[in-house]
Amino acid sequence: MAEVLVLVEHADGTVRKVTFELLTAARRIGEPSAVVLGAPGATAAMKDKLAEYGAAKVYAGESDDIDAFVVAPKAEMLAALVADKAPAAVLIASTPEGKEIAGRLAIKTSSGFITDAVDVDSDGVATQSVFGGATIVTSRVRTGTPILALRPNSVAATVEAGAGEVENLTVSVSEAAKGARIVDRVVEDKGSRPDLAEASVVVSGGRGMGNSENFSLVEALADSLGAAVGASRAATDAGWYPHQNQVGQTGVTVSPQLYVAVGISGAIQHRAGMQTSKTIVAINKDAEAPIFELADFGVVGDLFQIVPQLTEEITKRKG
Amino acid sequence: MNIVVLVKQVPDTWAERRLRDDDKTLDRESGDAVINEIDEYAVEEALRICEAHGGEVTVLSMGPPRAVDTVRKALAMGVDKAVHLTDEALHGSCAPQTSLALATVLGTLDYDLVICGSEAVDARMSAMGALLAERLGVPQLTGARKVEIDGSTVRIQRQTENGYEVVEATTPAVISVMEKINDPRYPSFKGIMAAKKKPFTTLSVADAGIDPATVGLANATSEVVGFTPRPPRQAGQVVNDEGGGGVKLAEYLASQKII
Repeated sequence: MAEVLVLVEHADGTVRKVTFELLTAARRIGEPSAVVLGAPGATAAMKDKLAEYGAAKVYAGESDDIDAFVVAPKAEMLAALVADKAPAAVLIASTPEGKEIAGRLAIKTSSGFITDAVDVDSDGVATQSVFGGATIVTSRVRTGTPILALRPNSVAATVEAGAGEVENLTVSVSEAAKGARIVDRVVEDKGSRPDLAEASVVVSGGRGMGNSENFSLVEALADSLGAAVGASRAATDAGWYPHQNQVGQTGVTVSPQLYVAVGISGAIQHRAGMQTSKTIVAINKDAEAPIFELADFGVVGDLFQIVPQLTEEITKRKG
Repeated sequence: MNIVVLVKQVPDTWAERRLRDDDKTLDRESGDAVINEIDEYAVEEALRICEAHGGEVTVLSMGPPRAVDTVRKALAMGVDKAVHLTDEALHGSCAPQTSLALATVLGTLDYDLVICGSEAVDARMSAMGALLAERLGVPQLTGARKVEIDGSTVRIQRQTENGYEVVEATTPAVISVMEKINDPRYPSFKGIMAAKKKPFTTLSVADAGIDPATVGLANATSEVVGFTPRPPRQAGQVVNDEGGGGVKLAEYLASQKII
């Protein structure tokens, strides 16, 4: 069966959920091989998990140089592997960095690439949701090796045992790939909440929150659901919540199982970032707010009454 | 510090956007077209760097004839001169082809930095900065929310999901900027008048020395197979809060087995 390369997304020694989604999607096209690019020793802790989701091989590209420079070393490693293995496709997570790796890899291998795919079939035809979710597009790569970046949360990961045979790669990062050196990594307060793009539940606050202090209501509700916290552009522009939490056309696109919109009117810019969510619920004082056109369940009323009550009820039900 | 700033004209996201039925490319003609919003931040950053460190800012745009409005907007903001790459042969070019065309023109310009926005709101591939760094063989400083210049050293804060990385390179380099890196200025009346007198070069594919076999829809590395409008979401249930709205919402979530 044709080999399909899957670039492993990992953080702090753990495989990220999107990787299992990529491996699941890769099995439709051929036999997945996981590619771990990271610091020395990175692969050992992850290989069993990768095999569980179908990785026949696990390529270990380990070097301190890989994480020391922006994107280029990873694209270079993958390009060498594509030249060597001639895979049927390469699957990468459609994250900001994943898209950049996909792009550079496409140029290095004279291939086409597709980003933000929400599905992929056995022929490598990708489905995308464009214009803020208003249009569904199918597209394919015509040149070289199909390089497909798949949006997190789009494919349900399923287990299927693979051999998980580790093959060590020789790493030599070229001088050309060492142009942009990462000299420091700064973690800003993130707390224990899941990553916005990957979370299965997202609770977002908007203009109706009124100020930054009131976002504690959104955070409490999010924590009761194990959710990530988002914000509308109105709220981030007002400085009530950090910009990186913005959901919408110019922010993060999310597609969780549940999206809770609190005090968000649902302007087209916001809808573009969340309308492919599986279930949408909304709380807003204005019954005419366009968010209610999208919502599976909406409550018209004062969020300052409803949200604490909802949080309390969820906490009670979870016991 | 000479800078080339890239801008793109995109269909207004407030209007309805569509693909063309004939060749399945983005319809760039029917609706309102505006400068890609994040590109205004790129222009502003370029202007600020040159105001602080000297040098000249050139705006470069690839797009249909009407994209001249977008280029003029950058000139009105204070950019010194403009290059507009426009040719029917470029229609339907994919991202790798676009990066090749832009890199070919950049090769004829004098730059220490190339600055672009991190994402265009039409295709949303967020990769042009990376593609150009690859094509030009220069460092990739993308996703910048802050840029500092110290001689020929450029240091950025690269946004990550839980904070940022400090990334350093020496010029020449490609930077892509995030929204919120600055507050873009509005063109003044004086700026708009002055823009009309600034050097403006219009290039065809032949003028730019781009091989027509490397660009355009027929040679694109990827293609749209088909498209359909998303079926509208089924209207849900909306209730008025009469004191128990939060409980009702929890009951709904429980009925859907979400909690």
